Amino acid sequence: MSKENQEEFSLELLRSGDRAEIARLVDAHSANIYRVALKMLANTQDAEDVLQNTFFKAIQALPTFEGRSSLSTWLYRIAVNESLMLIRQRKPEFDLVMKPDDDEENEHLLTEFTDWCCLPESELMSSEAQGYLDEAIQELSEKLRVVFILRDIEKLSIRETSETLEISEAAVKVRLLRARLVLREMLSKYYGEQLDAEKRG
Amino acid sequence: MNKDLDCGAFLDSLSEYVDGVIDSALCAEIEDHIADCDDCRVVVDTLKKTIYLYHKTSEKTVIPVDVRERLFHRLDLDDFVQEKSLLS
Repeated sequence: MSKENQEEFSLELLRSGDRAEIARLVDAHSANIYRVALKMLANTQDAEDVLQNTFFKAIQALPTFEGRSSLSTWLYRIAVNESLMLIRQRKPEFDLVMKPDDDEENEHLLTEFTDWCCLPESELMSSEAQGYLDEAIQELSEKLRVVFILRDIEKLSIRETSETLEISEAAVKVRLLRARLVLREMLSKYYGEQLDAEKRG
Repeated sequence: MNKDLDCGAFLDSLSEYVDGVIDSALCAEIEDHIADCDDCRVVVDTLKKTIYLYHKTSEKTVIPVDVRERLFHRLDLDDFVQEKSLLS
């Protein structure tokens, strides 16, 4: 979501609790927030909880919103924190477990060299393939997943991603490359098998 | 992937290259490299496609009507729930 959207909103009205302006803010940002929560949690009920809690907390905090970050960055940050909190509540046992990809050398994440780009888009985006895309992203650790979602799905810039997550731009870049490489490997295995199946006829 | 220096250097700049935010000299070097290195070319193409597919398949995500209604109810904005549908 771009800065242009922010200019459409009157911070003064939002801070004073103007309900029509708040309703407009919710409609302008709710699809993005819902999408981030869905990708983080892979569960529609959890995503709905995050969506509601994000705007509930944002509205409570609006009177003291200083506008140091953009409204969209601020809302994304609340949504990410709500998502992480829910993940920790749901599976506290995973808190201390590092995913294997987190300390792997990047070069070891390049093992698949099948060129599957030639597959038709109807196949690349079939409902089965979309199910696999969702599964694959869940294989990333939370800290890699959230960077990939903000940067490559929501198309935030490196700087906006760093501001949202309150981590350095260097850390965003490292995690983004790692996430991209892991997903590319997984998709290459998946689509590579489809190519093989086609060749076998 | 060939384990020579070019492939390693290429990996460091991979994100910047696929995002198109790389300086032109380095970009030309990478393009020379992938013209000769098929594995690296496949990595670039499939990585771009990976990013494209995630963005493209997520773009369509909209909030179901009932989810929006419950959101507006939770936020005590029930009286505004009709506005969007009237406008569209």
